Amino acid sequence: MIRADLVAQIMVHAFAEQAAGETPELPGFEACGMVAGPEGSERPERHITMSNAARMWTEPQVVKGRERSARTYFDFEVAEKLAVFREMDRRDEWPVVTYHSHSHTHAYPSDVDVDIMSGPLTDPRIHWVVVSTRENAEPTVPGGHEFRSFRILDGVLTEEEVDVVESYMFARDGADVLHPNALATHPDHTTWS
Amino acid sequence: MAVTVSIPTILRTHTGGEKSVEAKGSTVAEVIDDLEARHSGIAGRLVNDGKLHRFVNIYVDDEDVRFAGGLEAPVGENSTVTILPAVAGGAATGG
Repeated sequence: MIRADLVAQIMVHAFAEQAAGETPELPGFEACGMVAGPEGSERPERHITMSNAARMWTEPQVVKGRERSARTYFDFEVAEKLAVFREMDRRDEWPVVTYHSHSHTHAYPSDVDVDIMSGPLTDPRIHWVVVSTRENAEPTVPGGHEFRSFRILDGVLTEEEVDVVESYMFARDGADVLHPNALATHPDHTTWS
Repeated sequence: MAVTVSIPTILRTHTGGEKSVEAKGSTVAEVIDDLEARHSGIAGRLVNDGKLHRFVNIYVDDEDVRFAGGLEAPVGENSTVTILPAVAGGAATGG
């Protein structure tokens, strides 16, 4: 479950990077970021754009046997990542969502995405959102965006439904939710959709 | 010497839910060995074939140790060691 305004913020970032890199011959850059929420919760609340370190590469680098650039690769910039994760710890948050964009392919994890998602420190509770800013994107959520979410557990990639809501307050039944923290501990809100 | 180690969410099951723990060591490798002695199961997530796993970022204070000697990077007294996952990826086709 994710608020519509957060979906919009992610897509604005993705299209800004698309526009920054696009030329008549080349596709745009990939965007990346996270949506933090209360630690242990399934509630994405705070959008954090991250700098794609590949934007700073002066020449293509080879990853898994193929030359890559910011048009085909993203990597959270290391100094910014340290600062952002420290801030999340201070706020008792964790990254509920980690996202990136594909600027000319569909919104589906590639082989290099799955490698990282299977990494030894990748928390399997994270929702991996992939969006596409390609021409003729296939809408998957309200607003017409190609915005899909995945998880990987024991090497098995699973797509999950993305439930876009206007507000978390009224997403369940709205009647007895008085404080935002109540959502985090309510058993109905331990699942994503 | 005691250093503070910041633990990523996935490893907090090994530290009783603690976000940061204390450890001893004057290099990253020694800190990891001490962490493993105190919180079994952590070292295998960080080190692969005697090297820092390629999808693991370790910082001593503000410096990524990949550019400062890797597992042999020095750790000063009262330093903070931060362990984070790599977050990277990309599209399936060239461009």
